[in-house]
Amino acid sequence: MTEKKEQKESYPKYAPGTHVHDKDIYERKITYTWWEPEVQYSWSLGPAMSRFLQELKAGKIIGIKCNRCRRVIVPPRMFCEYCYGPTSDWVYLKDTGTVETFSLSYLDADARRIEEPILIGVISIDGASPKHGFMHYFGEMKPEELKIGMKVKAVWKPENEREGSITDIKYFKPFRGGEE
Amino acid sequence: MSRKVCVIGIGHTDFNSMTPDMQWKEIMYEACQKSYVDAGVDPRKDIDSFITCAEDYWEGFSIFDEFVPDQIGAVLRPCCTVCGDGIYGLGNAYMQIKTGIVDVVAVEAHSKASDMLTYGDIVLFAYDPIFERPISGPVERPNYAGSPSYSKERPKPLVGSTDEKERIHPYFLAGLEMQHYLRKTNTTEEQCASVVVKNKKNAFNNPYADYEAKISVDDVMSSEYLFKPIKRLDISPNVDGAVSFVLADEKTAKNLGVELIYLSGFGWSSETPWLSTRGMDAAYATKAAKMAYKMAGILQPRKEIDIAEVDDRFSYKELQHLEAMGLARPGEAAQMLEEGVLDVKGSFPTNTSGGSLGVGNSLEATGLQKSLEIVTQLRGYAGKRQVPGAEIGIAQAWRGIPSGSGAVAIFKRG
Ligand SMILES: [Zn+2]
Repeated sequence: MTEKKEQKESYPKYAPGTHVHDKDIYERKITYTWWEPEVQYSWSLGPAMSRFLQELKAGKIIGIKCNRCRRVIVPPRMFCEYCYGPTSDWVYLKDTGTVETFSLSYLDADARRIEEPILIGVISIDGASPKHGFMHYFGEMKPEELKIGMKVKAVWKPENEREGSITDIKYFKPFRGGEE
Repeated sequence: MSRKVCVIGIGHTDFNSMTPDMQWKEIMYEACQKSYVDAGVDPRKDIDSFITCAEDYWEGFSIFDEFVPDQIGAVLRPCCTVCGDGIYGLGNAYMQIKTGIVDVVAVEAHSKASDMLTYGDIVLFAYDPIFERPISGPVERPNYAGSPSYSKERPKPLVGSTDEKERIHPYFLAGLEMQHYLRKTNTTEEQCASVVVKNKKNAFNNPYADYEAKISVDDVMSSEYLFKPIKRLDISPNVDGAVSFVLADEKTAKNLGVELIYLSGFGWSSETPWLSTRGMDAAYATKAAKMAYKMAGILQPRKEIDIAEVDDRFSYKELQHLEAMGLARPGEAAQMLEEGVLDVKGSFPTNTSGGSLGVGNSLEATGLQKSLEIVTQLRGYAGKRQVPGAEIGIAQAWRGIPSGSGAVAIFKRG
């Protein structure tokens, strides 16, 4: 028993280390090596993604059908991941949808705390099969208004600012029936 | 352990220097779909396990594994990615089938090299960051659209040498190795140039090859030195393309009624990464081949094997690999080449597909492209480049600069 006690005392649970300051790095007191990789890509998007982005530029959301699965898929792809057949007919969808799930982010990309949360979530797009849509921001609402199942509508960038990107939609705002 | 493993399906895309009309997912889908049709299997119910061979840095994604199930038919099915050449996927499939856990396995590998804007920098990123990258230095490259701009406040980072003239492209390593090979075996640069001439000629009869050409030894010799003794034409240019294989146990293969092509031997090996310590004789190929010969019960490889596809991403590599694998005596490969032994009509046809010099360097798809040629030849579907009566063929791939790793697969007609 005494042996066990001694052992406990000789191995403290917490050993304070030596703090490293960024100054130590600048002054090269810390041995290090540094490399900035120049890794750049330019991905070819293929017919489905290209068409989807072109349509966003035109202010429209387009999907594609899998006739075997009777599924309207958005974002569109050239093949169906469920039945493994090629997809076929293009179909324009509404720019409204339903919030599938969401989160309020109190940290920015640099992990800095922010006062007003960024509202982000997944939206199922109207006209597509259930659970088909994409992730986006929410705006023109208070954080406490955001609910699963809530109807939302896309707020587009002005036409001359669109560039064929998912960010051609600025965010989704609350959608009340009848409103266009 | 008595289960035998067969190749039951092969599929591939065309190989092109660039494919701006197709997404990487779509070239994968095309190759896989063709291999599944070839095998007569429905991936959504008949294939038990899926393997993709890919490297995150080639793709530009972290955890690339997560992006593959859709296009290979593997959504919510057993699926994994091997970070290595496609030929390693065949070895993994072999082992999975041998265990009896699965009967049918799909293996895919591809290259979308044209999506990379900074290929040299990406290869350089594979070098040791402490000892090798600072010597090599940042790679000089054209100013592509979207490149980061450097200013006085944000200067271009330089580690080690700060003299622009001293920067080296990472392919310099092949120059070191070729120099060593030539000296050790008394092989000449002209003989290496003959490999390029042969393979680019073979590629004329391969419909999917992209770098077929009618050139002479003089053409290769007069192309500019890039990493002396390596000249521009000694290097296989990059290419886009995808290859897919379906493998199964013998019983399943027989039930499907496909022609039986056995994967009868497989081996793989890796060198130490220390450039100064490791040999320059492709010992990885020697070890991998020995392992594969043993598994396939091959005692006299040169006599028993009818056809070979070996890694030729640099011209000398074909000769070096043949010797390393015991398919030629040390220093004898160049002589075999000169005597026409390695020609399509020779007694030991090598790289009938055109190899990487004729098809293009398809990165991680290289080993599968080589295996594809062997299986096509054993099936007797190789058209104008068909080697009559080929029964046993060997495919070998190296993982490319700066690796010291490689694998070997032996196929046998049933
Ligand atoms: Zn479907």
